[in-house]
Amino acid sequence: MASESLSSGVIPGSMEPGPHGGRRALAERHVYRLLIAPALVLLLAFYVFPVARVLWISVNEPKPGLGNYAELASASVLRVVGTTAEICALTTTITVLLSYVVAYAITHSGRRVRRLMLLGVILPLWISVLVRSFAWFALLRGQGVINTALLQLGFIDQPLALMWNKLGVTIGMVHYMLPYGILPLIANMRQIDPAYTAAARGLGAAPLEAFRRVFLPLSLPGIVASGVLVFIFSLGFYVTPVLLGGGKVVMVTEFISNEIMVVLQWGTGTMLATTLVAAVLLLLAVLSRIVNVRQLFGAK
Amino acid sequence: MIEQGGRAARLSRTGAWLIICFLLLPITVIIPISLTDRSYLSLPQHDLSLQYFRNFFTSPDWLSSFGQSFVIAVAAMGLAVVVGTLAAIGCWRLGGRVGDGMRFLMLLPMIVPTVVYALGIYRTYAELGLLGTYAGVIVAHAVTGMPYVAILVSAALADFDTRLDQAARSLGASIAQSLLLVLLPIIRPAIASGAIFAFIHSWDELLLVLFIGGRAMFTLPRHMWDGIQDTLDPTMAAVAAILVAITCLMLALDVALRRRDV
Repeated sequence: MASESLSSGVIPGSMEPGPHGGRRALAERHVYRLLIAPALVLLLAFYVFPVARVLWISVNEPKPGLGNYAELASASVLRVVGTTAEICALTTTITVLLSYVVAYAITHSGRRVRRLMLLGVILPLWISVLVRSFAWFALLRGQGVINTALLQLGFIDQPLALMWNKLGVTIGMVHYMLPYGILPLIANMRQIDPAYTAAARGLGAAPLEAFRRVFLPLSLPGIVASGVLVFIFSLGFYVTPVLLGGGKVVMVTEFISNEIMVVLQWGTGTMLATTLVAAVLLLLAVLSRIVNVRQLFGAK
Repeated sequence: MIEQGGRAARLSRTGAWLIICFLLLPITVIIPISLTDRSYLSLPQHDLSLQYFRNFFTSPDWLSSFGQSFVIAVAAMGLAVVVGTLAAIGCWRLGGRVGDGMRFLMLLPMIVPTVVYALGIYRTYAELGLLGTYAGVIVAHAVTGMPYVAILVSAALADFDTRLDQAARSLGASIAQSLLLVLLPIIRPAIASGAIFAFIHSWDELLLVLFIGGRAMFTLPRHMWDGIQDTLDPTMAAVAAILVAITCLMLALDVALRRRDV
């Protein structure tokens, strides 16, 4: 314990001189350990234990072994995995492209425009996902606002199929993910010194070339961070795909939830849940090689 | 207003405004829909009407969901804030591997997809008899809301000047006195922000309640969820508009708190 307190750097108490300094620092560490204790107990009992159990069940029910994982090759599971991968890839691509435009505008504008735009990005982040999906539902459905308007204006004779298909799910998901895509890109672009692009221009590069050869490569870590974050959040998404997919576009979270609540297949459900965790951790591992993951989640 | 950059910046600004309009569209459209005079989910045709707001405020079902959500969100927020703040302070002081490990543990609920936790907590609560109880939902929401508190408070602590604390201690303050009288007032805005996030997290949470709510816990999101899937009563639009208004108030509160902080 003593060596631990020595190696861990600055501890206010340990700086005090005198023969009792060390003992006092040690006593203080006990106080700080006590501060951590409630959170530790709560997380271990009500978070880590339940999640660990899901992993355990996946290899033990209905019988021990990797039998559940063989189902990854079954047609129904493959279809869900395929749909999930497709929607997530589509959502991520569109979200990152749009996010790049917004982040570029925000980092290249005056203070007032910047603040106004940031507000427009952050406000939706705070609005309940249920409210937002419900609003899209009201906009996109057959007798919804968009179809009614288009019919009245005479642009179409038949309502367009805007939801209960991949289009609707993707619109709703891109809408939800945009703030998560924009914020990491802003953080990255803020660190790019405008002098670099200016230097490229000064040396005779055309605007587009200066962007392509100087700014774009420097913003690559931001693009990766934004993309991986959006992809991870998309993988575990529930509300929007269920509501706007209407049972026609089933993604993995809805499938898992049905396995447990409707058909009571704990084996398949926990197996897919475990696979989901593995996929997320793998992506984070890739991400951590390129950017500082802890900074991305706000920790220092 | 100072406008910067050349044509590219102007072009990207136009695009950005369009995308921001797309972001704000569904939130804005909910308000006229909630004022519709028709009997189904649509924009108002002849007149604005408050009938669906009246429906909400006179429906015992909706009001009880509202109350239940509020009680759960306040309790979960309290638990997450107290436990999360103490832990963030502990991690900051201990540093090293203990602090890092604990911080990672507190971030887990943000990284692991919610459905995975939902399965596990459902199974655990079934055995503990906590399905369909206030305590069960509150603890689950507090645990998953804690990352917000931990992140915001940790960020504030990283900026805290430790010499202030050392000065207090060398002038004879005990650990408790120094924490309460020196540290706490300085990180209070971050704690308040964390509290707002933790509240909203619980207030909006659906998936966990679907699993562990049983018959008794029918929170507002769950009520809306059932409503959207069963009937298309425009009362839902009124509820959504009320939620948007509450969220805007909270956001204004957070901005005000941060501004005082700077």
